[in-house]
Amino acid sequence: MTEMLNQYAPIVGENVIDHLRQLAEPLKGMKVVHVNSTREGGGVAEILHRLIPLKQELGLDASWEIVTGNSKFYRCTKKMHNALQSNRTDISPDLLQHYEAVNADNFARLKDLLQEADIVIVHDPQPVPLLKFCQARKGKWIWRCHIDASRPFRPVWKYLQNFIRDYDASIYSLPAFAQPMPHPLYIIPPSIDPLSDKNIALGAAEMDGVCQTYGLDPERPIICQISRFDRFKDPVGVIRAYQMAKAFGPPLQLVLAGGTATDDPEGEEVLAEVTAAAQDDPDIHVLLLPPDAHRTINAIQRLSAIVLQKSVKEGFGLTVTEALWKGKPVIGGDAGGIRLQVVNHQTGFLVNTAEGAALRIRYLLKHNDRLQEMGETARNFVLENYLLTRHLREYLTLMVAIVRNSADRIELTF
Amino acid sequence: MCDPFAVTDCALIAIATGEKAQNIREMHNRLMRTYDDGVMYYHFWGGLLRPHFVDPEYQNHFAGWAYHDLHDRRLAEKLSIINPAHYASIDELRQEVVEVFEERMDEDEAASRSEAEHPFFFMRSQIVVFDTRLRVARPEALAGLIPELSLGSLFYHFIDARRRNASGGDDFTEWLKCWGDRYHSLAEQIQAIDPYFNSLIELRENLAVCFASHLETED
Repeated sequence: MTEMLNQYAPIVGENVIDHLRQLAEPLKGMKVVHVNSTREGGGVAEILHRLIPLKQELGLDASWEIVTGNSKFYRCTKKMHNALQSNRTDISPDLLQHYEAVNADNFARLKDLLQEADIVIVHDPQPVPLLKFCQARKGKWIWRCHIDASRPFRPVWKYLQNFIRDYDASIYSLPAFAQPMPHPLYIIPPSIDPLSDKNIALGAAEMDGVCQTYGLDPERPIICQISRFDRFKDPVGVIRAYQMAKAFGPPLQLVLAGGTATDDPEGEEVLAEVTAAAQDDPDIHVLLLPPDAHRTINAIQRLSAIVLQKSVKEGFGLTVTEALWKGKPVIGGDAGGIRLQVVNHQTGFLVNTAEGAALRIRYLLKHNDRLQEMGETARNFVLENYLLTRHLREYLTLMVAIVRNSADRIELTF
Repeated sequence: MCDPFAVTDCALIAIATGEKAQNIREMHNRLMRTYDDGVMYYHFWGGLLRPHFVDPEYQNHFAGWAYHDLHDRRLAEKLSIINPAHYASIDELRQEVVEVFEERMDEDEAASRSEAEHPFFFMRSQIVVFDTRLRVARPEALAGLIPELSLGSLFYHFIDARRRNASGGDDFTEWLKCWGDRYHSLAEQIQAIDPYFNSLIELRENLAVCFASHLETED
């Protein structure tokens, strides 16, 4: 019955699994519905793929639904995403009207499930208006924001706020992202799954295979950035950092690998900019990978000496967590959740410019002992804080708290 | 004969209050009107059960902010020495923190208005406490159990207890006391463990070593 959960015990300890089982006791049988806008691509979908079956194993009646829309809908939600990350992006009334109409259609399809649910967790802005249509709701509704909304573009935020304020709670990855609301603002950082294809240990043969497929030389240092081709991730800045560091001598190779999510219409444009910046350098490998290339990404991270995540805006940065888990120091942009994970001189370095990233690349390549030491600290840091079991524990705690009307101290009696 | 030790577990979830401080003056103003005990609890204790990098120098969040974001070492040092278990109430603890900030404002008016690199976000927490139904009859059996304790249990009995117990001590020490002098040296050694310089995992290891060095474990 608890087969999948037990697989985590050798990594996190039996007591962590027992703890989850006991915490889930009062939630058994509850209908919990997660709603987002994509099943493939991006950190949200990855987390839900694992969280839902684990909740089911713990006895919750958990399910996952997606809202579907056309390109006009995704154009609108991409603008919302950018606006929440402080881009001054106006959205036309026509687009907003379409956004609400698509949500109304989706609500009609999901009506029975959403009305009957004990807890509905709505992820990011795409499905936010669903609650407005759910007049006969039975349960608690929670908005889960995965985006760095610390300085949202106000007109767009004001529009979304009108829907979000009616929720019973919202969840943010960092306190800095939380916007005042007339309901509790929970803070839950996301997590990675150590047993997923993206994070599981790989054999030497598989790693060699990836080197051969993509023309990587395992004898020379590799640095990489794994992320969507998105301007907020600054892939062009990574290329500049690589070029500056390489000019000092190390025979570097750079891998920029990522995919595009079905809800991101800007990906191709950014990919073209990256290709142009790479200037046919044979040591820059720009890989557009399919959404299920998890083991390839895993291998690239493991083959790398250093992992970069030079984002200028970042929700949390699960690729940082993945790299730290693999014992790699991370050179990260001083933004969002990267700040929470990259601790200067401990698990990596925070940088503000391509020049800063180049400096830290050179430092780490020169000081292999520090690189190893930081890698070990990094892995332990993730083990204690950012694995899926911690994330699940916090969701369960929140659900217990919210169904018991949010007292500061809740004593459970079974 | 003592009652069996009831192993309790807990889980904690953090909540942003929406309040923040960007400099010492703002911090002082916010603290003056912070009447929610949960805020001080979180920033001195609760944060230990949340994802965090164990700061090798400054454990409570106020001291960490002073050091990392205000770059005010003098203030960080004064805040770091505050031991929350030494105050009879959370409100007394809050007043002490307020006084340290006031003193710094008196010392250096300009420093009190210097902008921090990142703001301090005021948080509180909700804690869910549950009985594991596990009862331990004797200290020797507890010694065998310590390495298996969940971090929630460890937090509840070793950290949270300092606020619950009138003595300001942890639950293990309190329970050992009821056995008379027999476990006195073990209790003393447990009391001597400073809970603030380790992760909870390391703390559990420290406790396990401490128990094992005094007692033969029993199943």
